[in-house]
Amino acid sequence: MTIANIKIRPARRSASTKKTKMARLGIYLFLLGAAIFFMLPLYIMLTSSFKSMDEIRSGNLFNFPSVITTGAWTQAWSQACTGVSCDGLRTGFWNSISIVIPSTLTSILLGAINGYALSFWKPKGAEFLFGILLLGAFIPVQVMIYPMVKIMATIGIFSSLPGIIFVHVIFSMPIMTLLFRNYYRCIPNQLFHAARIDGIGFWRIFFQLMLPMSRPMLVVAAIMQFTGVWNDYILGLIFAGREHLPMTVQLNNIINTTTGERLYDLNMAATMITSLAPLLVYFFSGRWFVRGITAGAVKG
Amino acid sequence: MRLPTLGRSIKKLTPWSALLPMAVITVFCYLGTTLWSLRISLSSSHNIPINDFIGFRQYQRLLDNRRWIDSLENLLMFGIFFIAASMLIGLLLAIFLDQKIRAESLFRSIFLYPYAMSFIATGIVWQWILNPESGLQHSVREFGWSGFRFDWLVSQDNAIYAVAIAAVWQASGFVMAILLAGLRSIDAEIWSATRIDGIPPWRVYMSIIIPMLKSTLSVVFLLLATSVIKVYDVIISMTQGGPGMATDVPSKFIMDHLFSRANISLASAGTIMLLSMVLVLFIPVWIWRKRHLSGGIR
Repeated sequence: MTIANIKIRPARRSASTKKTKMARLGIYLFLLGAAIFFMLPLYIMLTSSFKSMDEIRSGNLFNFPSVITTGAWTQAWSQACTGVSCDGLRTGFWNSISIVIPSTLTSILLGAINGYALSFWKPKGAEFLFGILLLGAFIPVQVMIYPMVKIMATIGIFSSLPGIIFVHVIFSMPIMTLLFRNYYRCIPNQLFHAARIDGIGFWRIFFQLMLPMSRPMLVVAAIMQFTGVWNDYILGLIFAGREHLPMTVQLNNIINTTTGERLYDLNMAATMITSLAPLLVYFFSGRWFVRGITAGAVKG
Repeated sequence: MRLPTLGRSIKKLTPWSALLPMAVITVFCYLGTTLWSLRISLSSSHNIPINDFIGFRQYQRLLDNRRWIDSLENLLMFGIFFIAASMLIGLLLAIFLDQKIRAESLFRSIFLYPYAMSFIATGIVWQWILNPESGLQHSVREFGWSGFRFDWLVSQDNAIYAVAIAAVWQASGFVMAILLAGLRSIDAEIWSATRIDGIPPWRVYMSIIIPMLKSTLSVVFLLLATSVIKVYDVIISMTQGGPGMATDVPSKFIMDHLFSRANISLASAGTIMLLSMVLVLFIPVWIWRKRHLSGGIR
């Protein structure tokens, strides 16, 4: 901006740079203010989880803990009562792991196969079917819940690990298919035709040519699916069953089923522990996470 | 060289057989369940589906139900506040981040990290911050501003906005990320052209850049609006619908009637109403997009 102004109107140079400087200051102030607003909950959550309950009762929300105690963390992890039992969040953690990993792998594989078949093989009517599936992504889950419960009870997988994995695969299918379909659209068709002329079949082209080429999309999809499934609450609550309740459900049980005084040190430690996995994925994956959002949002 | 006929027809079937899971899921799990819910909503079922047909009486009951109407009103207030605030904040953040500022990626990470957190966690943290007895109000008073009042969370009239604050905190970074990608895809030529003409930057944004982003903005609006219609988790972890019924929302009404009140036909009528709300939002935006947008960022 400055350079252009100097070139065109040398006479007003000083006034104009001053104005620009003020504007830049304003921009930085706004961004800093916003950054404080966004960081505040994380700061409060972290500091409170290391405070003692006495300090929380008497002290200030913004104070740094005077004595750092990790009692709340160990309690949240291994002793807090989650409604069913008092083993802390660790059972929920392993439940979440055993839900997230298979449902992420299955949804990605199915999404990639769908995307591949849709963009290269284009069987008749498939695009229409996909259109319906994509509209399905906007159906509020509540519409599907009761019939899904019935269907799954009939098959015999309601309230079980395969059941909750299956539900996650269903609900993530539109977005996963869309991601891979759009990604494969951008791969030159010649490549595919060359492979076909060589007589290579459907599955070999997929596993040996397309899948290795889709590594960036696989990373994006894995990040999206991991955080999405990890953060899910309502599906886990209904479909997982008591034995497999994911961490989010147990977290909410810890916080909202306790009677008497709310133990904020414990609550914050439990919230922190539950959020740790997606936050770590977020901070280490950086631009991949953003890519997932923008790729997912740009739907027709 | 030609393959035998049987072999060829099997080859032709392979793509479809690969798409079979998608076809089954689309037809049974998406279309089938929706039609089933519609069917239940037209019956008098209570805890198990009954195969009778009583027309739209459940919908009538729903509209006469005070709790349903209140929850719809709450949803509307929540939606307006949430969508307006997150789009405004997201847009401002995106525009300011696009000014070649220092530490851009640090700022971006800070604005977006809440989106990696669950609504349950978000609700719990904000429940504490906004709790007047121990949270923000208490702490600001302790700093010396004894008249400070911020008790939305426990007020009948404002609790729904307290929940919306938490949701805005969670979602504005998402809006920012999408809009920033949109801004970055705009041709830099526009800036050199307007600079030569001496048009002030804010006017360029208002009359050129933002209109160019209208397609992206409409997508953001639709995504936020659908998330509003199914809002549930954050209510559960933050207020559980209270105080009183002040933050009750349709999806909580539906869940209660499905699972603890055993009134599946009324709940199903509620779900179909939610679905119609989605359609009412979608169809105009869809038509508008078809008419006004060609090419550009889809």
